[in-house]
Amino acid sequence: MRETVLNSKIFDSDIEKISMRDGYGEGLLEAGKNPDVVALSADLKQSTRVDSFAEKFPERFFECGIAEQNMIGIAAGLALNGKIPFASSLAVFAPGRTWDQIRVSVCYSKANVKIVGSHAGISVGGDGATHQALEDIAIARVLPNMAVVVPCDYIETRKAAVYVAEHKGPLYLRFARGKTAVITTEATPFKFGQAEIFREGKDVTIIACGPLVYYCLLAAKELEKEGISVQVINNHTVKPIDKLGIAKAAKETGAIVTVEEHQIDGGLGGAVAEVLAESYPVPIERIGVKDTFGESGHPRELLDKYGMGVKDIKEAVRTVLKRKGTS
Amino acid sequence: MLTEEHLKILEKKACEIREDIIKMLLEAGSGHSAGSLGMADVFTALYFSVLDHNPKNPNFEDRDRLVLSNGHIAPVLYATLAHSGYFPMEELFTLRRIGSRLQGHPHFGSLPGVENTSGSLGQGLSQAIGITLAGRLDNKKYWVYCITSDGEHDEGQTWEAVMFAGKNKLHNLTNIIDRNNIQIDGFTEDVMPLEPLKEKYESFGWHVLEVDGHNIRAIVDACRQAQAILEKPSVIIAHTIPGKGVDFMEADPSWHGKFPSPEQAKKALHELRTLKGKIVSEHE
Repeated sequence: MRETVLNSKIFDSDIEKISMRDGYGEGLLEAGKNPDVVALSADLKQSTRVDSFAEKFPERFFECGIAEQNMIGIAAGLALNGKIPFASSLAVFAPGRTWDQIRVSVCYSKANVKIVGSHAGISVGGDGATHQALEDIAIARVLPNMAVVVPCDYIETRKAAVYVAEHKGPLYLRFARGKTAVITTEATPFKFGQAEIFREGKDVTIIACGPLVYYCLLAAKELEKEGISVQVINNHTVKPIDKLGIAKAAKETGAIVTVEEHQIDGGLGGAVAEVLAESYPVPIERIGVKDTFGESGHPRELLDKYGMGVKDIKEAVRTVLKRKGTS
Repeated sequence: MLTEEHLKILEKKACEIREDIIKMLLEAGSGHSAGSLGMADVFTALYFSVLDHNPKNPNFEDRDRLVLSNGHIAPVLYATLAHSGYFPMEELFTLRRIGSRLQGHPHFGSLPGVENTSGSLGQGLSQAIGITLAGRLDNKKYWVYCITSDGEHDEGQTWEAVMFAGKNKLHNLTNIIDRNNIQIDGFTEDVMPLEPLKEKYESFGWHVLEVDGHNIRAIVDACRQAQAILEKPSVIIAHTIPGKGVDFMEADPSWHGKFPSPEQAKKALHELRTLKGKIVSEHE
């Protein structure tokens, strides 16, 4: 069982919860050992946890003020001259507000810029729809030369940030604002481009990214009691997506459910549907936001209201299994 | 200081570059005539007098950088690069053709000598700032020149960049504005007034120089003056005549995004050849 490499307390109610952005801040600090790594902020250095890097490497930190478009352009110029810039903001602003700058100044030039979007997903909560990035994966993954990484917890975000500095080329790193369950451990594999099986099962596969991977594991555990054997895959690299891993899961379990805190169109659900349609078509159900904006509320309430709770995941599994049976 | 002899060579070079721009646009069958012709003297001054660059070793680390922000005047950049020796002259006439290294707007990585990608306006000054900061981190002494259009000062990002450069006192960054007073929909002061442009830059912490954009000696002198300012970034407002050198194109906004017909090109080339390299400054 792969579960051995995950947090042993994963199904305990007192599982430790730490903010993913803390993981980013720590990972960036570690990546900063490379003197070419530089960081940029648009008046959000504390919110995005770039502050510790700024304190330790003040000469390599650039405060841009509330001017995200300029930040991306500066990052591109730095990258074209050998630096490894991390341009961090809220995901609604980068990549959201700065898509054209990312397209022209970064991606078309293959500039080695890392776009870092924090506060992604509906669970940003109280700030409401304007601040809930639910389209960022879609607009990032459609760009040529761009890679997209969506880690699932604090530890994986730290690992991802360290990896990102080594990655050659434009990359979008996405994570959430709040404290989320720490489901991985130092020993959990994180390999760019490789979907990781977090729980093995034979009836259906849930392919997820971000903090909802935790909910998927909870749902899988509960479904076990109903006699349903659920495989859970943590698909942290949304682009380039692990086509072989997804096709293998489709072949072995015959049904797929995708789970993400993002619009189901264009995000992970869209990406997995594309892979399945082209390689190994099986029934698929997609959990995520369904062509609507969010609203203010507590993260838990919002996830339930917009259909991303454990209950919804279980229901999607039952639905896809019915379709599997009849197809 | 430019000698009289050197100046004559540069004036002749600017005219040859203008001729090649006309020929390229005719061959391509699309492209922007007015801005390309209008900036021929500035580009000649930069590549044949001001910039420390080496066409035989285009990526040497200490080179001065030229960032073109208003990518639609790519023909003048390409013609000047070819005349400098970055690539064969005959390649100029592949502009905008499929498979060509001369894309309709400049693409970083396609062609030696091109330092950035542009085409979507307002992004170049930010890129130039990034290049300046990278040089600062590496203790390099290179100078970064950014060419911007007056029209693209409508873009908010331009002013974000102007604020940042002023705040950080990026003295080895010089922005050269092609102040030709036109944009696609007409005259800049009708579409979206930019004046008082000088005062705007001054109030953002820049050292401002104004120059006749067709007086090569004055352009070179302004660049040298900018190098003496060590506490601020500099901007050179280069007053140019769009379409300069071709009578029927001059100062006519309709030539912003147009290319010449074969008859118009013939007429334009005749005019340019008759000038024998001497562009008469309108400001003298």
